[in-house]
Amino acid sequence: MTAAVSTASATTARGAGKPSRRRSAVWLGLTPFAIYVILFLAIPAVLAVGSGFFTASGSFTFANFAAVTDPTLQSDYLGTVALSAATAVVGAVVGALICFALLGTRPDGVLRTVIDSASSVLAQFGGVMLAFAFITTIGAQGLITQWLVQAGLTSNVFNNFNNNGVLLYQVVGLSIPYLYFQIPLMVLVFMPAMEGLKETWGEANATLGGTSFTYWTRIAFPILAPAFFGSVILLFANSFSSYATAAALISQGGLISLDIRGFINSETVIGHQNGAGVLALAMVITMIIVMYVYSVLERRASRWRK
Amino acid sequence: MTSRNIILIVIGVIMIVPILSMIQFTLRIGQPVKGVQQYGFQHYIDVFNPANEATYDPLFQGVQNSLVIAFFTVLIILVLLLPTMILIELKFPQFRKVLEFVCLIPITIPTVVLVVGFIPAYQTVAQIFGSTPYTLAFAIGVICLPYAFRPIATNLAAIEVTTLSEAARSLGASWFEVMWRVILPNLRRGILSAVLLTVAVVLGEYTIASFLSQTTFQTALFLIQQTDPYAGVIFAVLALVFVFILLVLIGRLGTFRGGRRPRRKSKVS
Repeated sequence: MTAAVSTASATTARGAGKPSRRRSAVWLGLTPFAIYVILFLAIPAVLAVGSGFFTASGSFTFANFAAVTDPTLQSDYLGTVALSAATAVVGAVVGALICFALLGTRPDGVLRTVIDSASSVLAQFGGVMLAFAFITTIGAQGLITQWLVQAGLTSNVFNNFNNNGVLLYQVVGLSIPYLYFQIPLMVLVFMPAMEGLKETWGEANATLGGTSFTYWTRIAFPILAPAFFGSVILLFANSFSSYATAAALISQGGLISLDIRGFINSETVIGHQNGAGVLALAMVITMIIVMYVYSVLERRASRWRK
Repeated sequence: MTSRNIILIVIGVIMIVPILSMIQFTLRIGQPVKGVQQYGFQHYIDVFNPANEATYDPLFQGVQNSLVIAFFTVLIILVLLLPTMILIELKFPQFRKVLEFVCLIPITIPTVVLVVGFIPAYQTVAQIFGSTPYTLAFAIGVICLPYAFRPIATNLAAIEVTTLSEAARSLGASWFEVMWRVILPNLRRGILSAVLLTVAVVLGEYTIASFLSQTTFQTALFLIQQTDPYAGVIFAVLALVFVFILLVLIGRLGTFRGGRRPRRKSKVS
């Protein structure tokens, strides 16, 4: 608050040079938000990706990019991409099924409100708490793990996966809690597209002698396809950039976001902040590519929403 | 219709299992003896027993910090984002796309990446404001932009802001009256959603707080879980239910006129 007020008055001098005083007063209204975004979004973003190009003492270098050849970091990057892709595809398919099932319900009904709210909680709020939920479900002492042990499976898929200990604390195991925010996110982003299907198309299909099967395969799916694949990409981006759930379950390495934590918290590696910058840049480049593909698909999808 | 019900029931049951497991976990007393687990409310009594205050103090401190951060974050949304959105709608519609783009950037840049930049930026912030948890509101406000932008933008698109303000102006209203008595009342649904979503995001925020080493609800939850898993899970269940109810309220009572701002003494050092 204080910052906004003081910065707004600080820019008065600059705005006074404008031709029309009235117009410049209106322009001035945009400055507090602009300054906020510059200070807390633009500068941190530039600092984050820029720090990879500097040494700890502040001189320009490409040396930090040696990290790119590090086999551990390479496999962690690929692991992150694989986890994100797998949970995006499975999450999208299951989420789309839920949307399909919800199609007959009233948009303002209680069921929809409850499902929407539950989806928002899981998709946007979960984080650390989602990790707890799965520790109590399939962790070493988890409900389902204990049931399996009582059923005679003392060593089962959850408490000894791949002879590597508890499944939940391995990167593969993360896919289970990840699906619990991917599926709800799919419901949130795909439902509007699903609702865009017009009843008249179904009627047209019926009058032309089509079955429910031909309706879905030849009308609905081709129309929904761009929105569906766009949602898959959004889900990929969501997994790729998530941190809290993984951080609560895995204490070291395995994912690129956890490697950033490793670099920042490490006290032994000199210039660790700059190593984190390289990984940050790698993440941003991936996200930009992903979001570009998303915007292309979104443009195609929006044609049917007019 | 039946196949749809089956899909909903099957997926619904699978989705509810982890939540039920959490509740079952909090009710466990001790380890199973000969395969028989004892249940009771012992852990709930412990958490709210004043005698254990010292143990759970970081957690309550974290909740308190998160609520204050939520208050300041809501203030950032209401004082910085909301007026800008209305101003752009009224005077600079050509910037609508730019604003939308800016507000959606925090989705494209992972929080963990922004944090790499927040760490040096907060060295400056700490010099100005001191190293209090409340300054996190600036960083978390950025994360909240996409969530706050959407409902307000939807609401703005649904009402004819320009027509309304021109009508009010030609009837002799001042700009202040236009804002206060015409535009804001029409936007209350969007504003309420934006505020409640912002509160939810702040209460769930972990990444920024943990990297900037501040105690918030989530970082405290994470710490307490390592020494007392039952307390961690109890608070996680309570928080999930609380935010779920909050969001159901947004959905059901969208037109409800709420004055539910957290009352707090505003103390910024």
